[in-house]
Amino acid sequence: MSELRELYQEVILDHGRSPRNFARPTDANRDCDGFNPLCGDKVHVYLTVKDGLVEDVGFEGAGCAISMASASMMTEILKGKMEAEVKTLFDRFHDLVMGDAEITDADLDDPDLERLVVLVGVREFPMRVKCATLAWHTMTAALDGNEEEVRSE
Amino acid sequence: MAAMSQMAAPITATDPAGGAARVFDAKAVRADFPILANESHGKPLAFLDSAASAQKPRAVIDAVRHCYEQEYANVHRGVYELSAKTTEAFEESRRKVARFLNAASEREIVFTRGATEAINLVAASYGAAFLSEGDEIVLSTLEHHSNIVPWQLLRERTGAVLRVVPINDRGEFDLAAYAELLGPRTKLVAVTHASNALGTFTPVDEIIRLAHERDVPVLLDGCQAVPHLPVDVAALDVDFYVFSGHKLYGPSGIGALYAKLAHLEAMPPWQGGGDMIKTVSFEKAIYADPPTKFEAGTPNIAGSIGFGAAVDYVSAFDRAALVAHEDALLDYTLNRLADVEGLRLIGEAQNRASIVSFVMDGVHSHDVGTILDEAGVAVRVGHHCAQPVMNYFGITGTVRASFGIYSAQADADALVEGLAQVKRIFG
Repeated sequence: MSELRELYQEVILDHGRSPRNFARPTDANRDCDGFNPLCGDKVHVYLTVKDGLVEDVGFEGAGCAISMASASMMTEILKGKMEAEVKTLFDRFHDLVMGDAEITDADLDDPDLERLVVLVGVREFPMRVKCATLAWHTMTAALDGNEEEVRSE
Repeated sequence: MAAMSQMAAPITATDPAGGAARVFDAKAVRADFPILANESHGKPLAFLDSAASAQKPRAVIDAVRHCYEQEYANVHRGVYELSAKTTEAFEESRRKVARFLNAASEREIVFTRGATEAINLVAASYGAAFLSEGDEIVLSTLEHHSNIVPWQLLRERTGAVLRVVPINDRGEFDLAAYAELLGPRTKLVAVTHASNALGTFTPVDEIIRLAHERDVPVLLDGCQAVPHLPVDVAALDVDFYVFSGHKLYGPSGIGALYAKLAHLEAMPPWQGGGDMIKTVSFEKAIYADPPTKFEAGTPNIAGSIGFGAAVDYVSAFDRAALVAHEDALLDYTLNRLADVEGLRLIGEAQNRASIVSFVMDGVHSHDVGTILDEAGVAVRVGHHCAQPVMNYFGITGTVRASFGIYSAQADADALVEGLAQVKRIFG
């Protein structure tokens, strides 16, 4: 059960139960829908972006503990970042979650990635990786101005 | 709890060789299924997902293997011995399926890829030929997507209208509402025999009687019913009956459409190709008789033979004993789940197949599924391709445990143990 405990750590359960920034920011100017057809989970991500700066992030939706926690932590981490930083962070997080890269000391020195390491445990559960990445893909699509719903396929 | 457990005196079945029925011995039956000897995450495998696809007994595996190793060539084509033998085995499977359903003739059995293709066949052929704009098709809230989408495609082609029979809070078919929905424009009723998401048996005798009073044909989706109880299409007087081999312990990619011969004779082909014709020139083709008319191209030969073996496997038992076994397991599981705090059953039909759907307070079904998996328990989580049912109950998904011929109390115990672990993790 150790891998299971590693996945369902208190921080994930806490974010899953009480998601942060669970609302549409009043001045949001970009947004996108995300949908996981496998489980019916839905997430809607909102961003307030001004001059390349992500001033505010919020989300709404319903899903499992992993998808809710991932979305919630994402909104906390992205606030105040430049678009380019967001993309670099997502690329690295994506590689780690997909199992395409191993966690390095540099990752652990990065305060944002260090927080996200709890979600990397999902790589041991291939059927659940999409739960952890759905909000991030949706956020990326919103940043790029895509209006089509993101599907985790 | 489960009505079939009060079945009257056991029916005396005979095995395919004409001998007495095989006595149902749960342990011996379990040993027939090699995969169940495996572990999952270091735990004994508790396979509770038979409603999605059932495991295969040695007899089915051997039949498929025998086909490929000893008796394989294309069917209905070769003049040589091997092709003749394969054709005979293939057609014998069709006769087995016909006997299994008590069809009047094997000509009423069309082999398909599965129940989904069988419904698509009826929609594309019967539906397109005999339904037009404004004609109504009656479905129910309980339908699997495979008995919804083909009719939506037909609606796009013809302008036909879909009418949906509601369910009640126990997940039961609303017979009174159904009777009201039947009207002068009703041209077809297509409903499930048993709900895949909730297990609910629908009142098929009444459904068919009411439809036939208006000369409306009825299609039943028998995927979840056929593995659980004996089905007699003649006694039902049903027009179309579809089911999949893989849920009946047979191979995947093979299933059957039963249809009254008069329907099959009146229906146009739905796919063109080899085997479904008598003669072809560039001016015209003369179609073969049913069922060949509906089987274009080289069929799933080994799958059909495995399908026949699966039918034999199940038919060897006194079916009432199988019903009693699964109903007892259902009752045992429901009793044990009643003690699980925070668990809410979805669907509590009086008359149901051995399927249990539930949600856990504050825990998403996917999280439950992952934790159960680590405990060696395989369940289905999510919407079960039955989103209208989920919408009715205001949820996005459930955890579903479903039982088969090989299921045991130990599987239900493992489920309850796994749910305790869910509580420990989620608090």
